[in-house]
Amino acid sequence: MMTMHRKIVSDPGFDETIKTLAPEKIAHTINYVLQKEAAARLKAYVETCIHCGLCNEACHFYVSYDRDPSYSPVAKVRQTIWDMMKKKGKVDAETLKTYARIGFTECNICRRCSMYCPFGIDIGYMMILVRRICGLLKVAPLYLQDQGYSHMYTYSQSWVAQDDWVDTVQFVEEELRMDIRNARIPLDKEGAEFMYSPHSLEAKFKTNLLSNIAKIMNVARADWTMPSFDGWDSTNQSMHLGDYETMGMVERMHFDAAFKLRVKKIVTSECGHSFRAAIYDGSRVLGWKEPPITYLQPTQLFYEFVRDGRIKIAQKLSEPVTVQDPCSIVRNRGLGQMLRSVVKAACEDFREVEPKLEHNFCCTAGSGVINYGPPWKFLRMEGGRVKIEQLQSTGAKIVIAPCHSCHKTIEEMIDYYKVNMHVMFISELLVKTMEIPDDLKPAQSGKAET
Amino acid sequence: MFMYEFLTSIQLYNFLKGPMVWIAFIVFLCGSIYRVSSLAVLAKRDRVVYPYLSLKYAFRSFLHWLVPFGSRNMRLHPWMTLFAFVFHIGIFILPIFLYPHIVLWQQAWGIRWWSLPENVADIATIIMILCCMFFLLRRIFAPEVRLVTYASDYLLLAIVAAPFVTGFMAFHQIIEPYRVIVSLHMLLGEIMLMAIPFSRLGHMLTFWLTRAHTGSEFGVFRHSRDY
Repeated sequence: MMTMHRKIVSDPGFDETIKTLAPEKIAHTINYVLQKEAAARLKAYVETCIHCGLCNEACHFYVSYDRDPSYSPVAKVRQTIWDMMKKKGKVDAETLKTYARIGFTECNICRRCSMYCPFGIDIGYMMILVRRICGLLKVAPLYLQDQGYSHMYTYSQSWVAQDDWVDTVQFVEEELRMDIRNARIPLDKEGAEFMYSPHSLEAKFKTNLLSNIAKIMNVARADWTMPSFDGWDSTNQSMHLGDYETMGMVERMHFDAAFKLRVKKIVTSECGHSFRAAIYDGSRVLGWKEPPITYLQPTQLFYEFVRDGRIKIAQKLSEPVTVQDPCSIVRNRGLGQMLRSVVKAACEDFREVEPKLEHNFCCTAGSGVINYGPPWKFLRMEGGRVKIEQLQSTGAKIVIAPCHSCHKTIEEMIDYYKVNMHVMFISELLVKTMEIPDDLKPAQSGKAET
Repeated sequence: MFMYEFLTSIQLYNFLKGPMVWIAFIVFLCGSIYRVSSLAVLAKRDRVVYPYLSLKYAFRSFLHWLVPFGSRNMRLHPWMTLFAFVFHIGIFILPIFLYPHIVLWQQAWGIRWWSLPENVADIATIIMILCCMFFLLRRIFAPEVRLVTYASDYLLLAIVAAPFVTGFMAFHQIIEPYRVIVSLHMLLGEIMLMAIPFSRLGHMLTFWLTRAHTGSEFGVFRHSRDY
């Protein structure tokens, strides 16, 4: 009855780990998560679902794969949660691998389907449960597991240790002084207004992004700082693994760093998942209803800077521009209008997307899928077809995407589908277009600095 | 022969018309209270449900999902929306305002209220049966629905459709003797009522809970719309 056509992908995180699993351990884990951890929501969702199939249109995988019903959200629940419940957790390792493949690679937990279900059933939540089960059993993409271990070991996503971090900041500051006179990246400044918390990639091989943020902060004359100690990294891949314990620890380190420095607000990097981890999953695991400290995504910060005139636009971008509404900050926090406001301030020709705001399609890289490495790249390229078609139909040449996952995967799709387009972060856009006050312009070469 | 006598017997007819109605309503009411309250108690263990509940956003969610074409998904599926709304309105209106039903209330408790004209009720019943046919065909022929259709889904649809089919047959006296089909109609109606709290027909009850949660979550926390 059920036909599933899937490419065979070899990922040691799936293939090797299932070899060591005993059926009793699988059953124990499944029953523990479904009966002890999940409570009313799972019960209500499973008992309410009337199997109407109206959620299918919500899923970018379903639409991109030519409406293959096996990609519809309810079909994913059928193949995972319903199956586990029916078999009371008594499944073999191969079946568990199927669950893991669906939970980790065929759902981005973008939660668009919960807006399309007539009952508001949160299918994303059920896929998180699948990830939780498979994550506890260590059946997950190898790259993601690696990042989970990195969080446990270095408190950062990509094995950047604390001394590397301080070193990076120092050379970024030095280089920034070529553009901004006496630029400062203040570390450990107590009582500052903002604590900027970068993505660990910004400390590893995308330091230009850190430099962009520092430039904007300097031009806006913001009272900001970053911790030199652990807790500086805002990312949290443990969340995607369903490892709530490490996720909670990472978020606590992160909030503690802010409290130690007595800052007023945390600003995360232009990243979707770290924002979601801090304000949503992480805060809730730690017992907070809302994050314990004002937590901003750069979209909000830049919106305030532009609105208050702290950043002035010198030269608007003339090419047609559109936006990507990242799920974690738009559907999950309603920042879509602020994003548009900044983009409109810095661009002459803004093209609206359709569907927009909370109805926007996911980029197919969310919830860790961007990090699964080469074996899974095809999935993002094929699953994102609807995304690239949607962006193409706006006629824009530049896409503003304030999220690392969206940014990277759309850039890769542009290459894959041979589209004439380019993706930019908001910080990149502002750095390109903002006015640098005279006193911050670097001294003319040959003249002595004063 | 025995079966025939049993089905046509006045004793069966009187039982289904009297005590069985009481049983059905008591099972329905107690079952519903149990189903909703057990979920409400369990929701305390799910620590993220109650702190975010908001009356305002729950009602915003109800409104958008109870008004035809009030949500984007309804506009994406116009036929399904049309049939689903007609069906769900009919399943409440028709049994309550049907003249023969009101006559029974009057005989039992001496109360009566406005009733649907006979021919309107007849056409409405046909429409209800057509709606059920639409749901059935959708289950069989739409691949994304067929994939998640189980035998229980057909059974639920049959339970819901049966009172309308038998009611229509009783009204037109298609089967003789008349009393057989009326008894059957009453029995099937009572089965449907009792099945509500104990099956996925209970979405009539849990709709309010899941929607309130999701609506509040979207309004209070996510600052976006769930419709």
